[in-house]
Amino acid sequence: MTSILVTPDLLPILPEMFLGGCAMALLLIGVYSGDRAARLVSWLAVLALAATLALVLYVPYTSGLARNVSMFGLFVTDGLGYFAKALVLIGSALSLIISMRFNAREGLGRIEFPVLVMIATAGMMMMISANDLIALYLGLELQSLALYVLASFARDSSRSTEAGLKYFVLGAVASGMLLYGASLVYGFAGTTSFDSLAKMFADGSFPGIGLITGIVFISVGLAFKVSAVPFHMWTPDVYEGSPTPVTAFFAVAPKTAALVLFVRVMVEPFGGLIDQWRQIIWAISVASMILGAVAAINQKNIKRLMAYSSIGHVGYALIGLAAGTAAGVRGILIYMAIYLFMNIGTFAVILCMRRAGKQVEGIDDLAGLSRTHPALALALAIFMFSMAGIPPLAGFFAKLYIFLAAIDAGLYTLAVIGVLASVVGAFYYLRIIKLMYFDEPKGEFETPFGGEVLTVMLVSALVIMFFFVWPNPLVNGADAVAAALFAG
Amino acid sequence: MSQLSFATLPLLSITTFLPLFGVLAILLLRGSEEGQARAARWIALWVSLATFAVSVEVWAAFDPTRADFQLVEKADWLPDFNIGYHMGIDGISLFFVLLSTFLTPICIVSSWLAVTKRVKEYMIAFLALETLMVGMFCALDFVLFYMFFEGVLIPMFLIIGVWGGPRRVYAAFKFFLYTLLGSVLMLLAILAVYFATGTTDITEALAFNFPPHLQNWLWLAFFASFAVKVPMWPVHTWLPDAHVEAPTAGSVILAGVLLKMGGYGFIRFSLPMFPDASANFAPLVYTLSVVAIIYTSLVALAQEDMKKLIAYSSVAHMGFVTIGIFTVTPEGLQGAMIQMLSHGVVSAALFLCVGVVYDRLHTREISRYGGLVNNMPRYALAFMVFMLASVGLPGTSGFVGEFLSLVGAYQVNTWVALLAATGLVLGAAYMLYLYRRVVFGVITKDDVRAMLDLSPREVLIFAPMIAVVLWMGIYPSSFLRPMQPSLANLIERVQVSERAHADLAER
Repeated sequence: MTSILVTPDLLPILPEMFLGGCAMALLLIGVYSGDRAARLVSWLAVLALAATLALVLYVPYTSGLARNVSMFGLFVTDGLGYFAKALVLIGSALSLIISMRFNAREGLGRIEFPVLVMIATAGMMMMISANDLIALYLGLELQSLALYVLASFARDSSRSTEAGLKYFVLGAVASGMLLYGASLVYGFAGTTSFDSLAKMFADGSFPGIGLITGIVFISVGLAFKVSAVPFHMWTPDVYEGSPTPVTAFFAVAPKTAALVLFVRVMVEPFGGLIDQWRQIIWAISVASMILGAVAAINQKNIKRLMAYSSIGHVGYALIGLAAGTAAGVRGILIYMAIYLFMNIGTFAVILCMRRAGKQVEGIDDLAGLSRTHPALALALAIFMFSMAGIPPLAGFFAKLYIFLAAIDAGLYTLAVIGVLASVVGAFYYLRIIKLMYFDEPKGEFETPFGGEVLTVMLVSALVIMFFFVWPNPLVNGADAVAAALFAG
Repeated sequence: MSQLSFATLPLLSITTFLPLFGVLAILLLRGSEEGQARAARWIALWVSLATFAVSVEVWAAFDPTRADFQLVEKADWLPDFNIGYHMGIDGISLFFVLLSTFLTPICIVSSWLAVTKRVKEYMIAFLALETLMVGMFCALDFVLFYMFFEGVLIPMFLIIGVWGGPRRVYAAFKFFLYTLLGSVLMLLAILAVYFATGTTDITEALAFNFPPHLQNWLWLAFFASFAVKVPMWPVHTWLPDAHVEAPTAGSVILAGVLLKMGGYGFIRFSLPMFPDASANFAPLVYTLSVVAIIYTSLVALAQEDMKKLIAYSSVAHMGFVTIGIFTVTPEGLQGAMIQMLSHGVVSAALFLCVGVVYDRLHTREISRYGGLVNNMPRYALAFMVFMLASVGLPGTSGFVGEFLSLVGAYQVNTWVALLAATGLVLGAAYMLYLYRRVVFGVITKDDVRAMLDLSPREVLIFAPMIAVVLWMGIYPSSFLRPMQPSLANLIERVQVSERAHADLAER
């Protein structure tokens, strides 16, 4: 029996510790040199995120995807974790890169911004690696608290403050639900450890109504975090109100982390109960896809549109979870990786939308973009066609692997609803292309857009455009990770 | 082995991807806007002519006595999933490749003066479209096929939406969403085929015997996609809108090649993969086709807009194709194939004829014209050839296609043949009526009198098309011979399956 006095093996949590330490160090630098150093601190934060990525990938690079439980069973490192952490770190770093210019112009160039992003990212990494309901909650809260602050980072803007407050109140309710569910599970099962829970439910028999209630509450909390219908209400308001780089960050990093956490919770501790929870996932997946497609049609604000789009995309990703198979998890991971680049690229374009010294957010403001800024229009068109799932762009492959899993698992109805919703969804993506290419220009945007923003846009566009040429690294990586999750 | 020198070159990949080099070259253009536009036109023309030359080489390298896939190219793409880069053609796809490469340079020449805004983007869209069309007819892997098949939507959407008429936005959306709706259902069916066969290789799927209950579902899903493309009544409503709003060259490609994707899909996939379901659903196809032939012919008779009239006539002509295909007789299938090729050239040419007068007067209203024979004799001649080919006059390509289709239909169901034949009469009625109103009569309007006859550039467009129409009508064997082995193979596969079921029923 391990004594509590024994120091646990700290190596598995080295990346998280490193990132947390860097956040503290940068905070110190910032405190001493003030907001003048905001740009420097931001770049250092990007560097720290990159170094953390290297640390995360070092283990699978040298010793494979073996599952390793540490910290007295609270913390797990496995393939799923490495993959998801890599995505989260890339997402965070890219959001930080595109934020700097915007923050400086909008008077948000404060050193707390990169530090909060780093803390939130550390929280996400802990979520991803949680192997216990308590660890899950700690990671989730570390992430969420930092995100609440980020949402209201433009503290002089009433919209941003409102977004932060709304996010905080609703997020607290969701956390409460999750905690309540966790306490029910603990009360009926007598343990919070994922490994013990997994053993308990391995035979798949009905566990009793108390535990089911607990699982339902946990699902509700997680569904809120991934913004799946019917727990999506906060998303449009928070996306619209938050400063645009924060929205970009919300759309990629926390979403990926929460979705992977969702996968881990459902597949690892409650994997034996798939017949119980599959119908929940099925229902929220269908509801998210339909709402994401229909509600976006009438939006006028592009950030709000992206919010509904993200709700729809979560619906598609959840198809993979409803399948509950290795193929499904593989689909989710591929989906989230491609989703990350589509989103970051789109937000990079949105950040370029600036007229008369002010950021503009109306979809109409994109009118005639193909004449005024052809490269920008082409990039956005690539992202939009990709989000609509039109081949040969990457978004098609994301959906392909999801539907592959659905057909494999026999979820035909879900697949048919999914593709039909994607046709409805295609309408509003096409509308943006229509505005850019078919309509008359409304005037130019302010230049220069900033080299770092354009670089992120270009890289994302190239990834999305030419993914089909060499899809093997991502697909095989996701495949190996998903297979390892179900083997172990 | 005599074709070794050709076979060693990846001819199909070259044909498919050569236009992309043109795209790249146009993207790299710099300089004044005027200069860029001129360079873009020339680059697009030469690249598309080179592509046509390569595709003629493909025809030369093609062995017309073999039924299997030729010039096959294979490469790993997603080996862990048995998804590969696999190209090849047989007698069925050969001529569609040629049709695509034949029409693209014509489109580019026809837009030489008509398109003045955003010329670079226009040429890029057409070259990209050519890659996607050729790739679609050559693809022997389902995922590859689907990528080309649906990728076509992107350039076509932009062509209609950017360079189209006043209601172009509505037409572009309708075109895109209609076709997308059909093809996503096919995507699910493709995935189901993948799980049934364990591979996305089309050659293996064609030889696979699907269980009958699965066949019906999969057939319907494929049908959803191809019926919209063909288009069959009642999902044809996107076509008149798209044609009317699209620029002339867009209509040419739409009518010439994109509609053939549906018919090609039926022959390539629906018949050999799901023979039992095809037999089950044949009455449905006959009914929809007969309705399409009669109904859209009557609608065409009432049109005031030239392009709309030809668009409706397309739906009617494609009705003969679907009837011919599902008779699964040698005559019916050959007729359907020739009808598709003939319609590909003839309707494309008719849209060009409309484009010629539209460029001069900027209206497509039939009543605005009249008496063109007086001041545009060359135009009147070209228009007449294509009009008569569309009607199905013996000696033109249209006759061969419609005649063979009806022969096939007559063997299977005399009523279908009888009702479809009324379409010939109606077709003659609306085309001759159109021709009379536009070309004959006395010139009453001054602006019509001022119209100039075909320019040398326009003669250059129409001459090869007239040649092909007559060639196909007078000596169809050059086209029929290469496709016969593949079609015979297909018919045998369907009959084997039918016999197996008959044996099963007897026992």
